[in-house]
Order: sequence, then structure tokens, then C-alpha cells
Amino acid sequence: MKKNGMPVKILHSDRVFDAVNVLVMCVLLLIFVWPLWFVLIASFSAPSQVWLGNVVLLPKEFTTAAYEAVLDYGAIWVGYRNTIFYTAAGTVLNLVMTICAAYPLSRRDFMPRNVLMFLFMLTMYFSGGLIPTYLVVGKLHLLNTPWAMMIPGAVSIYNVIITRTYFVNNIPQSMHEAAKLDGANSFQFLLRVVLPLSKPVLAVIGLYYAVGHWNDFFSALIYINDKNLMPLQSFLRDLLMTNKMSLSNMQGLDAAASEAKLQLAQTLKYSAIIVSTVPVLCIYPFIQKYFVKGVMIGAVKE
Amino acid sequence: MGESFRLRLKRDIRKNWILYVMILPVVIYYAVFAYAPLYGIQLAFKNYRIRDGIWGSPWIGFEHFVRFFKSYNFGLLMRNTIGISLYSLLAGFPIPIVFALMLNYVRNRFLKKSVQMVSYAPYFISTVVMCGMIVIFLHPDTGILNTLRGFFGLEALDFLSRPEWFKSIYVWTGVWQGMGFSSIIYIAALSGVDHQLHEAAIVDGASKLQRIFHIDLPSIRPTILMLLILQMGSIMSVGFEKVFLLQNTLNVQAASVISTYVYQVGLINNDYGYSTAIGLFNSVINMLLLVAANQICKRLTQESLF
Repeated sequence: MKKNGMPVKILHSDRVFDAVNVLVMCVLLLIFVWPLWFVLIASFSAPSQVWLGNVVLLPKEFTTAAYEAVLDYGAIWVGYRNTIFYTAAGTVLNLVMTICAAYPLSRRDFMPRNVLMFLFMLTMYFSGGLIPTYLVVGKLHLLNTPWAMMIPGAVSIYNVIITRTYFVNNIPQSMHEAAKLDGANSFQFLLRVVLPLSKPVLAVIGLYYAVGHWNDFFSALIYINDKNLMPLQSFLRDLLMTNKMSLSNMQGLDAAASEAKLQLAQTLKYSAIIVSTVPVLCIYPFIQKYFVKGVMIGAVKE
Repeated sequence: MGESFRLRLKRDIRKNWILYVMILPVVIYYAVFAYAPLYGIQLAFKNYRIRDGIWGSPWIGFEHFVRFFKSYNFGLLMRNTIGISLYSLLAGFPIPIVFALMLNYVRNRFLKKSVQMVSYAPYFISTVVMCGMIVIFLHPDTGILNTLRGFFGLEALDFLSRPEWFKSIYVWTGVWQGMGFSSIIYIAALSGVDHQLHEAAIVDGASKLQRIFHIDLPSIRPTILMLLILQMGSIMSVGFEKVFLLQNTLNVQAASVISTYVYQVGLINNDYGYSTAIGLFNSVINMLLLVAANQICKRLTQESLF
């Protein structure tokens, strides 16, 4: 609130409110940050210290053993390679398709605009379901190919709506008319005018798509059998959710050695989480400022 | 009429052919991946045989549905699915609203920005990593929760192997992961509230709590209702990934929902027809719930989604 010069008595209840509010926010800050922080410091701590519960605020007995273990764990790098490919190629495909849908739909002089919008939006409310979709993907011979990771989710209608709304609100119809007089066709206008003006929205939906690909576990579970094509998340699942790693290669080790091995397997989980999540969390602060905008555009009711 | 429509379309295609070429791949995409699978829904009423294909397999009417309703799993799946959903809705829906309202009154900009920024972060963590973290923090020997229990003299609990804990684990970790992101829309709505209302209220001696209840909440009511309707439409769908990943042989009683069952029956047991029928049953209920919620809301508040 701006001060308007009038002396306003500060209510006692407001003081209590403010104090409680700040307290709650600080607790929330802790609740959001600490679990992530813990994984980070645990990944740099000696496995035995983590095991004993001594790692709380800072790494104990700093070591990079867990990261060396990850480096040695070949499968995760296969997953990394695949995921980088799926994310890069998939996001490009998503963006191209989304622009191809959103731009014509934003043009008032495009005749089938309303029919197509209706048909696309209708798909939000129903789906053929798991098996019918699976059968279609199978019929197209996409099963067990990298394409299965990208094509079935090539467009998200939510992102089309966000992008289209952005185009409608930010690209005046008159600009298009002016460009037409200058002899530019729709495609040139899109490339030279519309897209450069739409960087914020493209950044937001690009991020949504990219994070979606990076975190995608479901598509691989359904469509991929070949270990060489599995994305990072599938390998992470083996590592984090099962204890396969810790129990293998334990024959012939004495008690102390197998205990150490078990503990290392546990810290390997922390380093694996960090290694797989850092890329997402790294780009996130840069694009964070566009979120509110992206959500707000998306919330505009059709 | 028909003639002139065709003429107009022809003219439009000639004039805007670039737009038609652009949108063609998208139309094909939706035709293939959204509309073509509808053809496969007939499997729900058929005895699917690979040899005969979708079209050639014999019709069996509602046999799959009857089998599902009579099966021992039906009650369990419905209870789990609706239970988890309602619990998620009760906890996960109001918390982001309260969070946004409170954040709106934080005067220290640095605190406000920091809380906001870190609250979004968990949303970007993958479900697999999220579940891995749940396993880590709930570990019976080394998890922080059990360390805390030990501190208070309580015995360690293996939360993930106890069915009675499953819902709470699912819901509260979901709140942690989603509340920041869900609050964005309310924060955006709150930023649009007229400042003059607040100024007038301050002059009249209204406390902050009174301002929340009499200015902020009424202002963001349309947003709240719209999101509530949307949530109602997905009461019967509990996301597959998280339940699937947290499922183990000990908690499976509580950790089976319709979506995991559809996967289990369809892709593990290869019972395509049965799986399709359960999926169809689920979508139809969802659709009915969405329409019902929308109608009720329209009746009560004149606000509606469609």
C-alpha cells in the first residue's frame, strides 16, 4: 500500500498477523529448501556419516566418492545421452508444431479457425485410453523406436492455447496488413515479426516441453523395451526405487566391505539425483520470471 | 449455400495456402493420436484377438464391464482412487490459496521473492526423483522422519510398507511438490485486485484478516471456482506414475488405483479388451463429474467453465 499521508493506526491484530506470517514463510522456506539441500550435502558426504544421520546442515567428511561411483555407473550415461537427444529433438518438434498450430489459429482471416480450435480443444476432455493409443503407436511401427518418445506427445493443446492467446494479444492485425502491403507473405511475417516479438511465450512453453521430456518416465515404460533407448528416468528408477545395485556383486566380501558397499550404494542415490536434476534446476532461475506471465496468459478464458 | 461455402473455402485456401500447409501436420497429429484411438474404444465391447484385429474381433457387449464390477478389485480400486483424490483435493486445493493470500501480505520483498522462487522449484523435479527422495526420507534406518521419531523416543516405522500410510505420503508429498506452482495463478489474480479497495479498508480500520476475507477472497473467487470445477473433473483419475513408482508388495492394497490397474491388466497381462473397458468406464465417470460440477457451479454462482 502506498502511504497517503494519513496517519493510520497500526492494529494490534495486524502485528500478530505479520509476525505469524513471517514465521510461516520462514518455516516454508526451510521445508522447500532443506530436502533439496540435504540431497546435495549428502552426495558430498562420507557414506557412513549419512548413514549415521550426522549430515544435517553441511557435508561431513567431504568426499566425491558418490560422484565417482556415478561416473562408473555406465547405464546412467546411456540414459543421459538418450534423454539429451529426446529433450532437444522433442522440444524442437514441440515448438515447431505448436507454432504451426497457434499462428494460423490466431489469424482472424483464417477460415477454418473456429472449427479446428474446437476440434483440438475437444481432445482435452476425452482420450482413447491407454490401450487404444498403444495400438495406434504400434500400428505406426513406432514401438521401441526413439520416435515413440517424441511423436505421441508432439503437441499440447494447453501450450497451443497459451501461444495463440499471446499472438492474438500482442501482434496487432494492422501489423500483418502493413507487412502484406510490403509484399511479405504469412510465413515471412511469422519468421521476421511474430516470432521475435513472442520470445517470452516461446521461452515459457519451450521450458514446459523441455522439462516434460527430461522428466518423462511414462512413455519409456509403455513404448520402449530396448535398454539402449531408455531415457535417464528409467535408469534412475532402477537406481532409486529398487535395491538391485546394492545387492549385486556382494558375494565374497566380508561384513565391513559389504557394509561399505551398501552405504556407497545409498549415497550413489544422492549423487544420481543431483546429476539428473541439476540441468533442470540450472535453467529454471533464468526462465522463472516468465512463469507468472505464462500462467496468466493460459488462464485467460476462451 | 453449399456452393458459396465451397467457393469461399476455395478462395481462402488460395489466399491463405501457407496457413493451411502450416496447420496440416497438426491436424494430422490430432487425427492420428487423439481421434484414431477412439476407434479402438470398441475393444471395450469386444473379445480382442490379435489375429482378427480390432475390427474382426467378435462383439461381446458389456461382458468386460460386468466382469470389472463383479471383480474383487472393483471396490478396492474405487475406494483407493476416490480416497486418494478426495484427500488430495481437500489438502492440495486450499493450501495454495492460503499460501498465495499470506504471501501477498509479506512486506519484506526479499523474503517474498525467495519463498516464491523456492516454492516453484519442486514442481520441476521428476516423479522418479520425487519418489526416490520419498524413499530416502522415509527410510526406516536412515530417513530423517525416523531420526526425528527416534529423537522423541518413538520407534522407527517403515512407512512405505504400511498400507495405512500410503495416502498421506502420496498427498503431502504432492502438496510439497505442487503448492508453489499452483499458487502462481492465485498470486496473479491477487495482483489484479484494486488497490483502492485496500486503501479504503485501511482508512476504515480493517485488519489484514478482515481485508483477506472481505476483499481478497471475493476478488479471486472466479479463479478459485474455475480451478475447482477442473479438479472435480479429475476426481476419478489419480496420476499413474507416482502411485506406480511407490507401489510395493507390502503396500499394494492401498497403492492400486484405476490407472495402475489399467496398465497392469493391459500391458502386463495383455488383456486389451478388459483394460480398455476399465479405462473407458473411468473417462466416462470423469466426464460426468466435470459436467455435474460445472452445472452445480453455474446454478450456485453463475460462474462456469462452459
